[in-house]
Amino acid sequence: MPTETFTEERHALTIESKTIGGDAIEGKSIRANIPSGDLADKWQNFKDHAGLVSPANRKKLRVIVVGTGLAGASLAATLGEMGYQVLSFCFQDSPRRAHSVAAQGGVNACKNYKNDGDSIYRMFYDTIKGGDFRAREANVYRLAECSRLLIDQAVAQGVPFAREYSGYLNNRSFGGVQVSRTFYARGQTGQQLLLGAYQALMRQVNAGTVKLYAQHEMLDLVTIDGKAAGIIARNLLTGEIERHAAHVVVLATGGYGKIYYLSTLAMGCNASAIWRAHKKGAFMASTSWIQFHPTSLPQLGEHQSKLTLMSESLRNDGRIWVPKKQNDSRAPNDIPENERDYYLERRYPSFGNLAPRDISSRAAKERIDAGYGVGPQKNAVYLDFSHAIKAQGKKKIAEKYGNLFDMYRKITGIDAYEEPMMISPSAHFTMGGLWVDYDLMTTIPGLFAAGEANFADHGANRLGANSLLQACVDGYFIAPYTIANYLSNKIKTELPSASHQAFNEAEANVKAQLDMFVKIRGDKTAETFHKELGRLLYDYCGLSRNRDGLKTAIKKIRDLKDEFYARLMIPEEAITLNIELEKAGRVADYFEIGELMCYDALTREESCGAHFREEYQTPDGEAMRNDDDFRFISAWEWNNGQAPILHKESLEFESVKLAERSYK
Amino acid sequence: MKLRLKIWRQDSATAQGMFKTYTLDNLEKGMSFLEMLDVLNQQLVTKGERPVVFDHDCREGICGTCGMMINGRAHGPIGGITTCQLHLRSFNDGDELTIEPFRAKAFPVIKDLKIDRSAFDRIIASGGYISASTGSAPEANSILIPHDVAESAFDSAACIGCGACVATCKNGSAALFTSAKISHLAKLPQGRAEARARVVKMVEQMDKEGFGHCTNTEACEAECPMGVSVLNIAQMNWEYNKALLLGA
Repeated sequence: MPTETFTEERHALTIESKTIGGDAIEGKSIRANIPSGDLADKWQNFKDHAGLVSPANRKKLRVIVVGTGLAGASLAATLGEMGYQVLSFCFQDSPRRAHSVAAQGGVNACKNYKNDGDSIYRMFYDTIKGGDFRAREANVYRLAECSRLLIDQAVAQGVPFAREYSGYLNNRSFGGVQVSRTFYARGQTGQQLLLGAYQALMRQVNAGTVKLYAQHEMLDLVTIDGKAAGIIARNLLTGEIERHAAHVVVLATGGYGKIYYLSTLAMGCNASAIWRAHKKGAFMASTSWIQFHPTSLPQLGEHQSKLTLMSESLRNDGRIWVPKKQNDSRAPNDIPENERDYYLERRYPSFGNLAPRDISSRAAKERIDAGYGVGPQKNAVYLDFSHAIKAQGKKKIAEKYGNLFDMYRKITGIDAYEEPMMISPSAHFTMGGLWVDYDLMTTIPGLFAAGEANFADHGANRLGANSLLQACVDGYFIAPYTIANYLSNKIKTELPSASHQAFNEAEANVKAQLDMFVKIRGDKTAETFHKELGRLLYDYCGLSRNRDGLKTAIKKIRDLKDEFYARLMIPEEAITLNIELEKAGRVADYFEIGELMCYDALTREESCGAHFREEYQTPDGEAMRNDDDFRFISAWEWNNGQAPILHKESLEFESVKLAERSYK
Repeated sequence: MKLRLKIWRQDSATAQGMFKTYTLDNLEKGMSFLEMLDVLNQQLVTKGERPVVFDHDCREGICGTCGMMINGRAHGPIGGITTCQLHLRSFNDGDELTIEPFRAKAFPVIKDLKIDRSAFDRIIASGGYISASTGSAPEANSILIPHDVAESAFDSAACIGCGACVATCKNGSAALFTSAKISHLAKLPQGRAEARARVVKMVEQMDKEGFGHCTNTEACEAECPMGVSVLNIAQMNWEYNKALLLGA
């Protein structure tokens, strides 16, 4: 295999244009730069032939990593261990608080410890199918291949995964698969994996290879001659604007599910880093593919700020049902067995309560919309453990899910050992994100995206316990190789100068925007606008979408955005700790992302995975894919605020046969 | 319901702080405590006033960002939860709540209820890890860890780094936080190799940051949202003495 395949020329692309759905413009097809060879050999081929940087040269090369979740912390730590100069940024007050910490259920790996027929290929196939055949084969295969290494790495770091009495690692099963490949640390797997990565990161901070910038928010990407050259960041404690130059910039800033306001995400989660990189030329892919988690707690009141997630692992032992009678107001325990509709078991007998997330969420919405919802606002379904408690005993259930039952009681005041939980779908994970090639590099040379911030591995629907995996694998095992490959011919390249004109301009633009926000002095808070945008998106670009609704949404979002720039209120000045100003910048970006989500959903005239277009469904209400016309990834180019430009990456399936995705 | 809130307001790290009183009406029992502060802030900002700055993020009790003293107790009147998990049903109509930042010498106030807990990061950086660089790990099942040992290590590792233990301790001691990490790693076979060096470095850093000493009042365990046990402190002392006797 020729090594020149791996140089950066392969990232070049050209643009032609014609108008498509709505007023979006179609550009040219783009390539993912997938190495040649058999599917199982591609990653090894890449590693065998990729460019390297010698240990002596690594210390001359600087990498900025934005975000300290699993992808960012693992990457920054790994690059530090290798000897690069790393600058690590996070908006939180400590890297340990990034939102990976909240992932509960587990992390997948095809170790086949349960001897139940698991393999790299089977995990690859489950993930491709789970994503409704809208992910790249080569990326997904690599994800499965590297999953085994991750478990080894995490155990070595001291992550206390669940164990059998013999001392061997334990597994459980998760939605969308028929094997047990999920490793877990009670209901706090994300926390424990993140602490492992955080500790590795802090070890490098101590060693001096990583410099940590906590409470800093990236507000722009700086490019020089079309290549990433650094970032503009705001020190959130002082409001000061800083310039940071580097040879490579990596965005590991997570997803943008918080755009819906009510979501399972943390309050500070935002998309500003990836969006501002998008406006500097990085394409955004599959922007409307957003997963609604089926087992979150329902909205209870108007001031609610988030929807707490209950791990999907609960569906291993919990059975989901609604009353067979509409508007049944009896208490759940008063409804006899024969008057309960276990609708997932009824519709999907072979997967039952472990049907994948998109299908489970849509099935819940279908029942709720049809008038079978439960709870005070009739916006929930039951998740019932009474059968499991009878069969296994309360102690066993408490050991598996004790902290989740405790959490449920704290929030709702209800004891789930005695009566069923109430759950409801909530905005959760963004399969969409920055478009990246096989190397995790965006369309801007030198700008990489890792973890949920990129779009790469999950297709149109992510399987449970694959997000921790993807974030870790990107950071520990993939980006360190692909970044080295990119840097291998730049060992003599000087660090870009932070006093370059491009930095001056980027900093001036950032300051001008902040001043503009502060000077509006209107009468509405950023949060009020965020809530209104969130409601719009839930209604028009949520669990289901249709043509007219999406067109309406684009108009309404533009109107709301105009109102935002006329009526926003921010007390205090820009150069100080200013929490309202932080929110304003994030919400301003959400308007633009929301609009792109609608364009993305509008131009994809099929249903696939989490993207459900009402016009494209089977008679029994299942998603209807259109492989002839839509077997591609939509990669969007920013068009200076005009209708966006769509570039297509065709998806080639050589190792799997496209099939109707059935869990019946 | 109606609540009177006496909230600590402080413009900056160097400014003099003071309590200001706000009254909120039409609150719902099902609201979370932080959602109540959101409501207050929306009202303040709409009037052009500076909102109350407080630490918060995940709002489900796991990131460890939030934390304040509510009527003199870290994370409020209910045990075993973080501030974000506290709901107004824990209070009565007409109650007055005194809301202050976590206070300790090593946790300086930044603004209002927001504090600087970077000392915790420096304690971890001093040695709170197993030095297993990426790529060096052996096959996971080659390290056998009995179920009970793994569970016990998990109990120590569950710490979320919120700082309630420090805030509630009359000495401002970080013994529970530091010992939880020391014990988590010392209990595991893969963490034993560095156990002696680790405990010495972490205790030294803890002292350097200005945290007080532990005098076994066990208030930390009572206020810890994750129920981290003071037995971790006993293990830290045992590891520390072992290291001193046998050499780090």
